[in-house]
Amino acid sequence: MKKALSVFFNGVINENPTFRMVLGMCPTLALTTAAINGIGMGLATTFVLIGSNLVISLLKNFIPQKIRIPAFVVVIATFVTVVSMIMQAFLPELNESLGIYIPLIVVNCIILARAESFASKNSALLSVVDGLGMGVGFTLALLLLGSIREILGAGTWFGMPVFPESFSPAVIMILPPGGFITLGLVLGLLNKLTGRTE
Amino acid sequence: MEPLIVSSSPHVYSKDTTARIMLDVVLALLPAAAAGVYFFGGRAALIMVISVLSAVMTEAIVQKLMKKPVTISDWSAVVTGLMLAFNLPPTVPLWLPVVGSAIAIALVKQAFGGLGHNFMNPALAARAILLAAWPVYMTTWADPIRGAASGMASTNWSVSGATDAVSSATPLAILKGLEGTEEQLPPLWSIIVGGTRGCLGETSDLALLIGAAYLLWRRVISWRIPVSFIGTVALLTWILGPQGLFTGNAIYHIFSGGLMLGAFYMATDYSSSPVTPKGQIIMGIGCGIITSIIRLYGGYPEGVTYSILLMNVATPLIDRFTMPRIYGEVRADV
Repeated sequence: MKKALSVFFNGVINENPTFRMVLGMCPTLALTTAAINGIGMGLATTFVLIGSNLVISLLKNFIPQKIRIPAFVVVIATFVTVVSMIMQAFLPELNESLGIYIPLIVVNCIILARAESFASKNSALLSVVDGLGMGVGFTLALLLLGSIREILGAGTWFGMPVFPESFSPAVIMILPPGGFITLGLVLGLLNKLTGRTE
Repeated sequence: MEPLIVSSSPHVYSKDTTARIMLDVVLALLPAAAAGVYFFGGRAALIMVISVLSAVMTEAIVQKLMKKPVTISDWSAVVTGLMLAFNLPPTVPLWLPVVGSAIAIALVKQAFGGLGHNFMNPALAARAILLAAWPVYMTTWADPIRGAASGMASTNWSVSGATDAVSSATPLAILKGLEGTEEQLPPLWSIIVGGTRGCLGETSDLALLIGAAYLLWRRVISWRIPVSFIGTVALLTWILGPQGLFTGNAIYHIFSGGLMLGAFYMATDYSSSPVTPKGQIIMGIGCGIITSIIRLYGGYPEGVTYSILLMNVATPLIDRFTMPRIYGEVRADV
């Protein structure tokens, strides 16, 4: 149990995929234009992470070493297809705004990295916890970035206005440059706060 | 007899200090600032003061927060604030220069290590960010209160009344055929002396050139970047004219927009332009090519900002390829 907790918080904090490992930058930069997009992308990735970690961990003794990467990708792609179909069926609006980035979860390096470095070496239960931790860490990071960008760039949070009408939002924050600026500043600030300034 | 002092080098000091150089730039900018106030009225002065004050305050606050020595006495924040104000239309709401100065100092300058470590010109980068963030405020031009273009559109001027301003075309927008007609083009003398629509500080090329002459005389800037920059723009806009080759109005092009301001004051920023003489020429030509291409074929009427920012980013590369061989060093390729 203690092990499971430490694995979970390792994913959320110590090895946060966005702020510590700096993995999966493509969805991070492209999709955090609104808080809801961040949550949607984060949860979709979390589901794929848990599923692929579980299956890969169960199959680890049957997958030959030489073809493990293609095998992992097949497993990941299966779960991404599931997520994609579910979103098309039940969340068509969110699916529309996330667009191509849902199928692209297949090549999200966080998922492949966890499959390679964790799931293929650990028990099924720990792998599920690891997937959950990493997924929650990724979701929180995207939520944070998405909130900052949406509040400054559109003046809203989850679509609700947070400023009086006289506020004119800085459109640049929801444009690509805003993504880089926000990510850089948040990364720098977190490193400063946690004393990692090497 | 003076006592003999034995010390290690350097033995000869230059009287130039950062503060002295920056003060020279401020002095050189004063004629243009005066021209801006003359042509655009008290609101222009207000924007400049706000911009400078917020730049200096941001520098002090950020340096305090980062526990660095506070260096607001070296005038560099004043220069950045003033340059930013020069790049704003006179109709912007008064909080815009505050945000712009904060971006310029905190994000572009201090976040990268402070004076001498910025990889882009802080004022220009802030202008580009403001332009992307609030495009409406940044492209609403109004007629000057004096000069050739005044009274061409009905503009109600008051110190607080930014919202009264009527959006009107700048000479470059007319030249490009985006807005207005050829007949609305202000005469050349008014472009040179001042009094056309545009940003605060770029209206009077005459005042900018007076300041530039002072900077050249004081050897604060060298002639290489400005001359190659303006020369390239003149050449390209003349060759690639609207009615076939060699029909362009080069004179009109080099005196309108922010070219003089950009070439003499922005592109020559020490930390974001090449140090080698050859590199400076390359920088100027590169800026000129990009400016001309944007002006003639791009989506915007003016391209000085983006050309300088792009060449700022290329500066380390230019420096690397134009580095002179060190005396006595063996060439690696022989």
